[in-house]
Amino acid sequence: MAAHTESHNPALLHHFATEEQQRNSASFGMWIFLATEVMFFGGLFCAYLVYRRWWFGDFAAASKSIDAFLGGTNTAVLICSSLTVVLAIWAAQTARRGLMILMLVLTMLFGLTFLGIKGIEYKDKFVEHHVPGSSFSFDHEEIPGQPGHYANPHHAQIFFALYFVMTGLHALHMIVGLGIFTWLLWMAWKGRFTPEYHTPLEIGGLYWHFVDIVWIYLFPLLYLIDRHP
Amino acid sequence: MFDNFPLWPDRASSMAGNVDALFIFLVIVSGLMTLLIFTAVVYFAARYRYRKGVPSEQIEGSTPLELTWTIIPMGVFMVIFVWSAVVYFKMRTPPRDATEVYVVAKQWMWKLEHAEGQREINELHVPVGRDVKLIMTSQDVIHSFYVPAFRMKQDVLPGRYTMAWFRATKPGTYHLFCAEYCGTQHSGMVGSIVVMEPAQYEAWMSGGSGGPLSATGEKIFAELGCATCHRADTQGRGPNLQGVFGKPVQLEDGRMVTADENYVRESILDPGSKVVKGFKPVMPTFQGLVSEEQLNALVAYVKSVSQAGAATGKNAAASTPEGAPGKAQGSQVQ
Amino acid sequence: MATGNIPPVEREDYLNKHYGVGSWLFTTDHKRIALLYLISITFFFFIGGFFALLIRLELLTPASDLVQADTYNKFFTQHGMVMVFFFLIPSIPATLGNFLVPMMIGAKDLAFPRINLLSWYLYIIGGIMMLHCMVTGGVDTGWTFYTPFSTAFTNTKIVEAGLAIFVAGFSSILTGLNFVVTIHRMRAPGMTWTRLPLFIWAHYATSIIQILGTPVVAITIVLVAAERALHLGIFDPKLGGDPLLFQHLFWFYSHPAVYIMILPSMGVVSEIIACFSRKRIFGYSFVALSSISIAVFGFLVWAHHMFVAGMSVYAALIFSLLSYSVAVPSAVKVFNWTATLYKGSIHYDAPMLYAFGFLGLFTIGGLTGLFLAALGIDVHVTDTYFVVAHFHYIMVGGALMGYLGGMHFWWPKISGRLYPEGWARLAALIVFIGFNLTFFPQFILGYLGMPRRYADYSHMPEFQILNVFSTAGATVLGVGYLLPMVYFLWSMRYGKPASDNPWNAAGLEWQTQSPPTTFNFPEEPVVTWEAYNYDEIDKGHKEVPQVVG
Repeated sequence: MAAHTESHNPALLHHFATEEQQRNSASFGMWIFLATEVMFFGGLFCAYLVYRRWWFGDFAAASKSIDAFLGGTNTAVLICSSLTVVLAIWAAQTARRGLMILMLVLTMLFGLTFLGIKGIEYKDKFVEHHVPGSSFSFDHEEIPGQPGHYANPHHAQIFFALYFVMTGLHALHMIVGLGIFTWLLWMAWKGRFTPEYHTPLEIGGLYWHFVDIVWIYLFPLLYLIDRHP
Repeated sequence: MFDNFPLWPDRASSMAGNVDALFIFLVIVSGLMTLLIFTAVVYFAARYRYRKGVPSEQIEGSTPLELTWTIIPMGVFMVIFVWSAVVYFKMRTPPRDATEVYVVAKQWMWKLEHAEGQREINELHVPVGRDVKLIMTSQDVIHSFYVPAFRMKQDVLPGRYTMAWFRATKPGTYHLFCAEYCGTQHSGMVGSIVVMEPAQYEAWMSGGSGGPLSATGEKIFAELGCATCHRADTQGRGPNLQGVFGKPVQLEDGRMVTADENYVRESILDPGSKVVKGFKPVMPTFQGLVSEEQLNALVAYVKSVSQAGAATGKNAAASTPEGAPGKAQGSQVQ
Repeated sequence: MATGNIPPVEREDYLNKHYGVGSWLFTTDHKRIALLYLISITFFFFIGGFFALLIRLELLTPASDLVQADTYNKFFTQHGMVMVFFFLIPSIPATLGNFLVPMMIGAKDLAFPRINLLSWYLYIIGGIMMLHCMVTGGVDTGWTFYTPFSTAFTNTKIVEAGLAIFVAGFSSILTGLNFVVTIHRMRAPGMTWTRLPLFIWAHYATSIIQILGTPVVAITIVLVAAERALHLGIFDPKLGGDPLLFQHLFWFYSHPAVYIMILPSMGVVSEIIACFSRKRIFGYSFVALSSISIAVFGFLVWAHHMFVAGMSVYAALIFSLLSYSVAVPSAVKVFNWTATLYKGSIHYDAPMLYAFGFLGLFTIGGLTGLFLAALGIDVHVTDTYFVVAHFHYIMVGGALMGYLGGMHFWWPKISGRLYPEGWARLAALIVFIGFNLTFFPQFILGYLGMPRRYADYSHMPEFQILNVFSTAGATVLGVGYLLPMVYFLWSMRYGKPASDNPWNAAGLEWQTQSPPTTFNFPEEPVVTWEAYNYDEIDKGHKEVPQVVG
């Protein structure tokens, strides 16, 4: 092992020359990971866009049946949670431990709220028999803007299949995010973060923002097809 | 060539020669390129092998050389591309007035039905020199209709029609293979294309059939009650189908589509998806109520009433039934 | 040609620093992880090879008489899955890449050593899942999983196989991520981008593909599994789903995947040819740039696997045109490698023989790609043995030859031992002969019209002779692969100890001991010389780069 003559932050890993190199590498690594996540969700968006183009009316009818108010609330919840993440990082940068912990807790509460609302939505869909599978039914639903024209249940089933896979995958990422933030909260509580070193918080924050942005695309695409006041 | 040890497939269709010519050109180009590289490598490896006291010469590179061996291959590739695109275009453009044969693929057999009505299983009899167009669909998974001697291959998909065509040029019996893996008996899904002299083919044809496919289709059209709405006048709840096939159709949502085989099929199975302008979306779906063979017959029937009432230069866009003149001139498309 | 002073005393190195299973299973040393990978992928190579043997045995006779069709269908499926996902994709990056990338750039380790270890564990978990799947029934869809057969018709273990591949894919993504960050951020002072070995450029390009492409196949697998398990209907034509959508999503990754398999091998070939010609690679910047071009263009051509699938003619034209453009950078590399030999000082050691083999076989494989890109010809030969021959020429004749060449080249560095040169040259020759005998007849079979994935060809007994040639070649090839296994293992105990730089090669990895210490260099190197400075090395120049203290 090469002898270290200078003292350094115990958080500096041995294979990095400087803390800056370590921090830049961590950040870069997280950005690349987020790029992979974009491609991961991208496949779903691609499938969605293809089918939406083919059966716009059927998709609009199906979209009408999911609750845009709940979805919109969730959007606001996530945006607030991104704000609290940013504030947590600022608090770390300015050595405000109490505020940092508070912001982390709030972020997690927002996340849990999001998941709770999602649970309610899923339950509603289950009750209405809109979950794809043998008990799926979507008869006699009018296509918005075309009175008397009813949606094809098969195409609606594909909408719901994509709805559940896309929002389900997103919710899974939220749950992972909550796990990450639990760990960040623990680290913050233990005093591991200083103005000089709070890299895990930064890259955890990046992840959280990404999950937020995915939702910001999902919401209008899934909930707001052809909505009219 | 040798019966037990063939090295080249039979050439039995009008396209086979084109494909072979392109292939041979590519073999020559590749052969030359391979020879060039091999020769260079072997020569350099021998000529410049390690000899004590003889150092290597450091050469950074040569931009002119790089450009040359980038641009020239690119040029050759473009020639190949254009030539092969032309061949492909011909392969994918069935000639007008080709005789139609409907093909239904299923695990693990080929069901074929001539427009004249003859049905075959795993075999297709065709006369030499006639353009034959295959209209194909699958009952289950993806298959692929492959006749090496014709250099023809087309995947056969569930849920839609795909087309292929050929003109056989040499009498004989040729392999038909399924070329898209489809399960256990994929390698058993083989058959023959039997190409006959025209006289023999006529003899074979007259060996009985159930009547032309379009007649079967007409019967089904009546049995299923299609005629109730799709009347041959303007009073029906559904569009008059005379002269519709092959023409552009304007839809409710403003799109224009062509009334081809896939459109007719889709209108039967999923009528709400492409409603004709001026009509209400009241047609029930027949998904699950008609088999692939019946669908083929119905498509053949719809085609036949277009040939019968075909317009000569008249505007063929669908128009609204309300307010249309009561006179149903045979040429006007509703 | 291997020379140099043999160190008399046993020095501390990464192999003997710690002993015990735990020191290996919990290591974060990139070199140890590389060896862990080496053992695992060799294991899967023989599993995949075993299936290949069974396939070739069945095809000796026209009838499906060795095994039933269902079983045969599982053989070719599992041969493909194991070889693609558990051998070819990780092979060079996870073994040679893991070992050499930090060393070549003068770093102590990769940017994320623990993620590197995680990557191996994910690979192992995926591998165990795949083994379990195969042993408890297997899959029979072909490695391509086409719908609706895979979602609604087959009874085999699609979900489990899919999840195994998903997990292994994650492993691949993390490796790529690690390499990109490492290459960007961990280069030693003076190691500028234009001084990087071409091996690094190749791995950089490969990593881009791994990062951007793999997630797409991951989500495709998720959709297929969800469709099977939950009857969603996304690809089910009866519900209006589109089987072609699956094909687009699948091939969007699976085409770039073939570049993941070949690019690292091209990097290896560059290193070998430079060393054994004692020259800088001709046209360094063009070769480096061609790796990046291949990665970029590789993402634009996927639907050339679907020319007869039912796509529109215009889409087919576009993809055919783009497919020709991706061929150009590969051709440029072959020309540059050949030009490197000109006025070189060429040695015929085993690594170089493998590189020569690569040049020949990759040229043929690449040229036959032109045939497939040609629409008019592809209609006839797609889904036949012509395609099988083409991709085996590239993957086995190309990628695997490069891998073996690289293993021989860096074996002294990895193990501190020399492999037996005579046996190695023999093995290279056997592989070359066996390979051509196995796969060249398949070009002919393909043009004759023999379709792929046929257990039984009793309707076409005229195909038998060529199949017999092919099987005969496969047995020879098998021998050629077993030999290195045997003598590499033998050399670890009985091989001559290697000096630090037995080949007198350029590159930072050769400037430190063989085998290296855990942290590679005693002090961080400072690079003041260009890559491939063989003129300086061979002249015994005073400023022959030693690692600057």
